[in-house]
Amino acid sequence: MSILLDKNSRIVVQGLTGSAGSFHAKQCMDYGSQVVAGVTPGKGGTTHLGVPVFDTVADSVRQAGADVSLVFVPPPFAGDSILEAFDAGIRVVIAITEGIPVLDMARVKQDLSRRRAAGQDLRLVGPNCPGVITPGQCKAGIMPGYIHKPGPVGIVSRSGTLTYEAVWQLTSKGIGQSTVVGIGGDPVNGTNFIDCLELFEADAQTKAVVMIGEIGGSAEEEAAEFYKRRMSKPVFSFIAGKTAPPGRRMGHAGAIVEGGSGKHSDKVAALERVGIKVVENLSEIGQTVASSPIGALAAA
Amino acid sequence: MKLLEHEGKEIFRRYGIPVPPTGGVIAKPAQLTAALKRAGKGPWVIKAQVLAGGRGKAGGVKIAKTPKEAAEIVKKMLGMRLITPQTGEKGIKVDTVLVDKASDITREIYISVVLDRKLGCPVVIASAEGGVEIEELAKHKPHAILREAVDPSSGLKAFQARRLAFALRIPAEKLGDFTKLATGIVNVFLGLDASLVEVNPLIITPKNEVIALDAKVITDDNALFRQKDTAAREDHEATPLEKEAKKVGISYIGLDGTIGCMVNGAGLAMATMDSVNLAGGSPANFLDVGGGANVEQVTRAFQIILKDKKVKAVLVNIFGGIMRCDVIAEGVLGALKKVKMGVPLVVRLEGTNVKEGKMLLERSGVKMTVADSLWDAAKKAVAAAGRN
Repeated sequence: MSILLDKNSRIVVQGLTGSAGSFHAKQCMDYGSQVVAGVTPGKGGTTHLGVPVFDTVADSVRQAGADVSLVFVPPPFAGDSILEAFDAGIRVVIAITEGIPVLDMARVKQDLSRRRAAGQDLRLVGPNCPGVITPGQCKAGIMPGYIHKPGPVGIVSRSGTLTYEAVWQLTSKGIGQSTVVGIGGDPVNGTNFIDCLELFEADAQTKAVVMIGEIGGSAEEEAAEFYKRRMSKPVFSFIAGKTAPPGRRMGHAGAIVEGGSGKHSDKVAALERVGIKVVENLSEIGQTVASSPIGALAAA
Repeated sequence: MKLLEHEGKEIFRRYGIPVPPTGGVIAKPAQLTAALKRAGKGPWVIKAQVLAGGRGKAGGVKIAKTPKEAAEIVKKMLGMRLITPQTGEKGIKVDTVLVDKASDITREIYISVVLDRKLGCPVVIASAEGGVEIEELAKHKPHAILREAVDPSSGLKAFQARRLAFALRIPAEKLGDFTKLATGIVNVFLGLDASLVEVNPLIITPKNEVIALDAKVITDDNALFRQKDTAAREDHEATPLEKEAKKVGISYIGLDGTIGCMVNGAGLAMATMDSVNLAGGSPANFLDVGGGANVEQVTRAFQIILKDKKVKAVLVNIFGGIMRCDVIAEGVLGALKKVKMGVPLVVRLEGTNVKEGKMLLERSGVKMTVADSLWDAAKKAVAAAGRN
């Protein structure tokens, strides 16, 4: 088991023929993911990297059986591409694109909520994220595949390279991962911490979760509430941005302390209050998991 | 990007939102007489144009009853450093002041449009208790705050605006004016791709006029490609170094410390700053060199970091994902040929081809400390900065 992706996932890459789309689609294929199609409007009927290119996502669903979409479309058009994937009946839409206007995402979120309320089986991951990987089965994203290893720890994170750092520390200690989800650094995104915690809680393979947050918003505080009410599996956490000045956007559009909310200290306090172990020093996250009962289990 | 009050008010005028008669913005005392004339009969209000809340209490907003008083205020205010709870000890220099006609106030109301991250849409926030810090109000009197979620596709509905008006006890004959104003600020938010539009206070005058006395607008940088007017504005917040970095696609924010940081990825860049702090040092900057991390970007990043004279050591922390560490090492070495490093350099590489990368650095003969982990690197950088 795993969450969101497994070896049967059939990926369509939106923006396959662009430079980022091509490069990363190839990396996903080399990892063993089933990339079954690409979509570039106007290039339908051609072949790229050995897979058929379609004009629309709907065509890729009908003709190639795609059920997961990976979006590399540039920011001005990315919101529309995500909506197209929803409309085509894609089950998991993973948006890698960085720099999508927040209002475009608000409109995407509105459509997503309506469809889910109507019963459509649909999830959006991202945007501005490294993607999702279920080690040994499927990589749909821009993360380096080889640093991962199959195992019992689920990881969910707002940041890309910070996730690689945590994954690498775990893998180096012999602790593998069930699924690693980058939910992205934007203020309005699809899947959030709570969604992932819920999926990890229900997933038989996952025995513990590492949650990597950062300043800005209140997603970590909401996750703490959820953990208290609904989770039995241990969660370990790191929150980046203790030294970030208030009122400034730290690279990610969502990483900002504004109007007194989104503070590092508030997040750490909320997590610790419900019994989540928060690691102050990022370099100790691997060791902290390894020296917990989960570590012994994972290494066995 | 944060806009100054007078820029916000210009936009308000374009959207039909009533603002006080104005004499405009001046940067020199000599421009005052003309500004007073444009604003009309006194009294006037002189307002420091800086990007910081709490201006009033700090002496950045003054009423002048006579032209002589106005001249004294302007002379004092221009060039002063305004210290508010938001600026820190050093304060912020006042380069320009806005000269508005003063308004008679019967009531002050708070109204804003913000992005609600939890709901994933804009929300109008309003309170009958205006002129106060909304965060404080939210903490102590949460029931005094009204909220209306905005449909990002169609804007504020008329009934929502009316609902706010009744809850705010807007005089019945001014219902239309208020709903027009509330709809107007939502339209500013949607039309400009804003992340905040705040009017604090919105006032009701003795003649029952509804006027926006202040304007705070923050726009979404991601939308600059379709917001040509905003893109053409000067960024009043960014320092010269931050502007330079932005031009070449590097995310850089200057800080007060001594250890320059160059990192790939925003989250890891923050975590690197935190590690430096934990190791007993202080970061000189946030810098995300971007996913590519090629020779060009790394060179630019070094140049920007080293222009900050406070920097006593540089810490490079790169997690090579798709980008191989040997390529990054070549980038660092290539950059060092073009940049004169006057301070110690600590490099930590991890990820793909890390052995090859480290070997390249060690064999190059270039003076630097190679670290094995982020924590090791942070400690070494702090030690090096202390010695230097």
